[in-house]
Amino acid sequence: MNPIQTKRQPFIKRLGTNIRRHPLVYVMLLILMAYFILFCYWPMYGNIIAFQNYKPIKGIMGSKFVGLKNFKSFFNNYYFSRLLRNTLIISFANLLFGFPIPILFAILLNEIRNQGFKRTVQTITYLPHFITTVVVCAMVTQFTNSEGFITLFVNSVFGHQGSLIGDPKAFRSIFVVSGIWQSFGWNSIIYIAAISGINPELYEAATVDGANRGQQMWHVTLPGIRETIVIMLIMALGQLMNVGWEKAFLLQSEATYETSDIISTFVYRKGFVENDYSYSAAVNFFNSLVNLVLLTVANKVSNSISGSGLW
Amino acid sequence: MVLLAVITLYPILYVVFCSFSDPLQFANVRGLLVRPAGFSLEGYRMVFKMSNIWMGYRNTLMYVVLGTSMAMALTIMGAFILSHHDFILKKPVMFIIVFTMYFNGGMIPTYLCVNALGLNNTIWAVLFPGLVSVYHMIVLRTSFNSIPRALIESATIDGAGDGVILFRIILPLSGAALATITLFNAVGWWGAWYNAMIFLQKRRDLYTLQLFLRELLILDTGNEGFLQSQTGSSATRYLVKEIVKYCIIVVATIPVLVVYPFLQKYFVKGVMVGAIKE
Repeated sequence: MNPIQTKRQPFIKRLGTNIRRHPLVYVMLLILMAYFILFCYWPMYGNIIAFQNYKPIKGIMGSKFVGLKNFKSFFNNYYFSRLLRNTLIISFANLLFGFPIPILFAILLNEIRNQGFKRTVQTITYLPHFITTVVVCAMVTQFTNSEGFITLFVNSVFGHQGSLIGDPKAFRSIFVVSGIWQSFGWNSIIYIAAISGINPELYEAATVDGANRGQQMWHVTLPGIRETIVIMLIMALGQLMNVGWEKAFLLQSEATYETSDIISTFVYRKGFVENDYSYSAAVNFFNSLVNLVLLTVANKVSNSISGSGLW
Repeated sequence: MVLLAVITLYPILYVVFCSFSDPLQFANVRGLLVRPAGFSLEGYRMVFKMSNIWMGYRNTLMYVVLGTSMAMALTIMGAFILSHHDFILKKPVMFIIVFTMYFNGGMIPTYLCVNALGLNNTIWAVLFPGLVSVYHMIVLRTSFNSIPRALIESATIDGAGDGVILFRIILPLSGAALATITLFNAVGWWGAWYNAMIFLQKRRDLYTLQLFLRELLILDTGNEGFLQSQTGSSATRYLVKEIVKYCIIVVATIPVLVVYPFLQKYFVKGVMVGAIKE
């Protein structure tokens, strides 16, 4: 078959040949497209209701368009700044504390020479990752309610009063600390792998030059995983607004909305509790747009710094 | 390091200690436990009688099996056609699929869509939305792409069609990637509760285990009537209730924690498979 000749044929003819040659591929394509159209693109199209005054009885076709009214009323809403603030603070706090700890942990773990001990530590620290979100939140709730051992400890050491889980001031700490507990071990895997890829001769050379363990960590290990750190940081920045909504939803209560209510939990409440479909869709649409922008920027930066991005 | 490991492990141990504690003695404990306060299997006795838990277990098992196999089927199909050397629509299809990674319908539009399809209050409403991870598809495609082209070409010359190539060459050679993606899917279904909460408002009998756990442990509802029938005074009921909660956590978590160390290798490999793409 001459490739130039194939090029000259009109597309539709080439497609016909391609289908006849690979029927199975096209059957699979049909199944996949059916799935993606029904469960991804249809809901995406459904976002139209964000620009409507949607009434379930009238459907998308029959409901009235109201332009940006839903968005405007969200931006002017009393809760808007609170939601944005809560979402951003929790995200940044999560990143600020949650990001460096796995790196530190991986570097320290690398210093352990006893392989059996090292493996035990790894197995134990990966363990919480396998506890489901619901159970982790249940444990957190148990430990930080008015009788919980963490509450009792904090109350006696810091003079705090009452339960922690019901205290808006404590919510962010609970969220971040429990997140670190659950994921620092697991998130360190990637750095552990990066460290194991460092050329051992570099350490030998450093030892010959008289570098102690601390200096080796600083001048050999850290630079060796710098690229991994940068990529992971960029990825994390792209996911900034996606901060674990399941956890926020499971841990929050009306008493803590002041600090615990984030955009995604608000979307849920507006939609499923107050049944204000259009408003809820508008808020979610806004959130998705911000995410998309963040992700695109993160990807651009990643591509220009490390030469590899998500796309 | 030892301290870190202990701190990480302690909350889990604490739950286990509490679950074996004697309700009356446990009530007097303030602060940390280094072993169960007294010893009693009262809590477990109750948990084993709670029909919710077992119904949830059964349903979750069903969702894990169905959801994982459906997701794997779609993921393999996607990875296969996107790695096929002679598929002329590859680029546009790739775009259509990857685009869904960055922009999704959101809660309400998805709910309205499932409703319009008439799937509300069926298991399909739980299974379909968010079934396939595009990320997994891309990772698997990378793995398929790493199979030497010459191998596939020589099979084609020998008269093998796409089906034979997929089942006899590509899948057997991608065992590790398939195993990890299957595991990740299964773990995802094990922890699933959100779709069930949204879509099964009239079908409690189809709830996932995690959704029952949310009711029992976090919302603190759902077992009042049961406990009332099992215990005498309201004072003991309150005490037993706390122990029961810890027992529920153990019963719902330990199976996975026991299995996990044996599968750790695959999980770790899975993280690395993803990392190569990044």
